[in-house]
Amino acid sequence: MGKIVVEVMLKPEILDPQGTAVSAALPRLGFTFAKSVRQGKRFEIEVDGEPTQAQLAEVEKAAEKLLANPVIETYVVKAEK
Amino acid sequence: MKVGVVTFPGTLDDRDAARAVGAAGGSAVALWHGDADLKGVDAVVLPGGFSYGDYLRCGAISRFAPVMEKIIDGANGGMPVLGICNGFQVLCEAHLLPGALTRNHELHFLCRDQKLVIENTSTAWTSSFSQGQEVVIPLKNGEGSFQCDDKTLTALESEGRIVARYVGENPNGSRNLIAGITNERGNVVGLMPHPEHAINTLTGPSADGLGFFTSVLKAMVK
Repeated sequence: MGKIVVEVMLKPEILDPQGTAVSAALPRLGFTFAKSVRQGKRFEIEVDGEPTQAQLAEVEKAAEKLLANPVIETYVVKAEK
Repeated sequence: MKVGVVTFPGTLDDRDAARAVGAAGGSAVALWHGDADLKGVDAVVLPGGFSYGDYLRCGAISRFAPVMEKIIDGANGGMPVLGICNGFQVLCEAHLLPGALTRNHELHFLCRDQKLVIENTSTAWTSSFSQGQEVVIPLKNGEGSFQCDDKTLTALESEGRIVARYVGENPNGSRNLIAGITNERGNVVGLMPHPEHAINTLTGPSADGLGFFTSVLKAMVK
């Protein structure tokens, strides 16, 4: 079974209140490493066998149309084992 | 004058929107998300709520409902369409309006009576107001922060397409205090606050919201 992964992030210029809240919670728990945190989404799409170039191209279209909103988000499509 | 009110799975405010249409003197027609049929209506309201549980992004799945194909065609042909709250989110996802609505900047779900200033009275949904008129209608949402790129913001401002702005402190982080916008033609309006909850003082903070619904009835008579 192959897997196609789509990762969606808010564009850098779009305010991410969830990431900001996580970033503020970390030091309260003693984790002081984070300069900032941004939160995104990850989609895992299972396909039969190794993902093909054609499938990746289809997922790319689906990401543009549904999985991400290109007005405020960017996305990356990749095959994963 | 028939005004369609769409119900998606998870819509909450369809009853109030239908009641507001009736109070303004129109007749409300219930439209179902799964039917690609506008039943001959002259205008459409996309009411508030949490269509499809707000899964993926608010309005992202509703935007592909069968009824939306007809609404997008109608809107492109000049039919008046008002999206309230979740309806505004659906209109942005459908690219009938620019920008997007994101999580309130302080993460809280807000529910309060909100003062707005009406800045554009030439749209199908705002002609009953006077320019600069202040109104008080409820604001209730968790993802009401209007965001867009600088170029879009400049265009909205310079073309007078900001329909309503929040007065006072910015409640949700919306750019330039934007509470509502319109398309270039002025037939499609998206509004975060809820005029359908302010049609009389028995059940709302004012009757100011009624003006949106009387406006569209006037627009359709013309």
